[in-house]
Amino acid sequence: MKQVVRVAAGQGFWGDWLEAPRRQVEGGPVDYLMLDYLAEVTMSILQKQKERDPRMGYARDFLGAIESVLPAIVERGVKVIANAGGVNPVACAQALRELAAAKGAGGQVKIGVVTGDDLLPRLDELVARGHVMANMDTGEPLSTVRDRVLSANAYIGSTPIVEALSRGAQVVVTGRSTDTALTMAPLRHEFGWAPDDWDRLAAGIVAGHIIECGAQCSGGNCLIDWRDIPDLANVGYPIVNAKADGTFEITKHPGTGGRISVPSVTEQLVYEMGDPHSYITPDVVADFTTIRLESAGENRVRVYGIAGRPSTDKLKVSIAYRAGFKAVGTLVYSWPEALDKAQLADRVLRERLDRLGLRFDKIMTEFVGASATHGPLAGTPNGDLPEVQLRFGVRGDDRAAVERFTREIAPLVLNGPPSVTGFAGGRPKVEEIVAYWPALIDKTEVQTAVEVIA
Amino acid sequence: MKVRLADIAHARSGDKGDTANVGVIALRREWYDLIARELTERRVADHFHGVITGDVKRYELPNLAALNFLLHGALDGGGTLSLKTDAQGKVFSTALLRMTLDVPDAEARALALPAAS
Repeated sequence: MKQVVRVAAGQGFWGDWLEAPRRQVEGGPVDYLMLDYLAEVTMSILQKQKERDPRMGYARDFLGAIESVLPAIVERGVKVIANAGGVNPVACAQALRELAAAKGAGGQVKIGVVTGDDLLPRLDELVARGHVMANMDTGEPLSTVRDRVLSANAYIGSTPIVEALSRGAQVVVTGRSTDTALTMAPLRHEFGWAPDDWDRLAAGIVAGHIIECGAQCSGGNCLIDWRDIPDLANVGYPIVNAKADGTFEITKHPGTGGRISVPSVTEQLVYEMGDPHSYITPDVVADFTTIRLESAGENRVRVYGIAGRPSTDKLKVSIAYRAGFKAVGTLVYSWPEALDKAQLADRVLRERLDRLGLRFDKIMTEFVGASATHGPLAGTPNGDLPEVQLRFGVRGDDRAAVERFTREIAPLVLNGPPSVTGFAGGRPKVEEIVAYWPALIDKTEVQTAVEVIA
Repeated sequence: MKVRLADIAHARSGDKGDTANVGVIALRREWYDLIARELTERRVADHFHGVITGDVKRYELPNLAALNFLLHGALDGGGTLSLKTDAQGKVFSTALLRMTLDVPDAEARALALPAAS
């Protein structure tokens, strides 16, 4: 058994730094590269792509990431685990196989594919058998939006990834695996943690949570001492150095920028936190109030003491549904009295929309530079602001009304308050809203499958 | 003595649906008890009056010298529905740090708290 297993985070979301995977593999020794691509609404975007082309529906960035590390992982045996498969993990694996062949590594990379999270084909059957799949936030039954559902995927845990690794996969591609499972799986695989070893499983979850947002634990978006965080241009993404006993260190490659410290790791621990006593995952319920952190040297934080409890008999389901349309337009007003001008433009625009008889579920105005981020907490601006951006958004079910709104912004440049600019982007775009519906399903309803191809 | 929360704590915030979470972390471990005493659910709800539409739930993490607040109805529906600039609740952290605390002078001196300028 390895004494220490090194899991490096290479992507914290779809759209993260393209350089990071290669830097993690080339910057020093690592055993696993973990790539997290899926946010709450990503699955629905991928589902739309799959509807247009059945060979699509996965995170295409993943192929570029693999291409950038392929020679190094083939040479050194670094394994890759990614939830890049989206709603089409099989197509993702096929594309990966073709990429490896085209780059002269045909047959050298065994690919594990995890499926079974996609509940869309079974949705009506599940509802018919009494699974209400009520919205976890509002309590409404899924039937209220059933005809507008685009995708439905169960969040699955680490077990099928562990199976893929034990069957020799070097790259494992999943659909809607939890972010934390991508880090947990290699630790379970290497250390042989039992599926009811709750404290160690909880440690794996905490390790996953700390590195799942990439550089957000290593100096990125870090508020404490932010001016003094060195060399963010060269920021090092985090690496978990884990031991079989469930303790681990968070670190980064030497010579990289950013900072790993007890405060930087703590900021990431509280990110998107709910009830810290019960961080519920498919594998285990982790208790974040048991986590102990201590500095283990420069850019090294030791994590220990973590306790867990048995997981629940449910899985969370990520459902995406069409929820109307929205558009946001902006104009910039300059000194003097910039805020007054922007406020007058807002009143003019609202009166015009009203006279046109346009009805929306929501109209929202923000004054960027004065109060957009903190609202009334920002107080009255000190002095006469140099400029203010008027940011005006509407939302509703009627696409035509939203479309009509987008034509009311530009006229204000010539027929509204003065000293206005910043309209070069043209008319705002109407966007279809794909909203998120979190629900629960019995674990016994979801069967995952693993296939390993070369 | 008036003390700015921003001078004795740091914070990070994020989202879950229409709920923003704010984790507040004491800059020094010995300041945690004071922060935990002052930042009640009621006090934070009052602070965000007119900004959020739902209630506030607080959790304590003494192991991290941190408190976690859930601010319900904070994000205009949340995620893709929201028209807000901060649809993901990323800067509710600094919005909470705008709070000013009234700390008895003796306690402030004993804890070496920085006074609000």
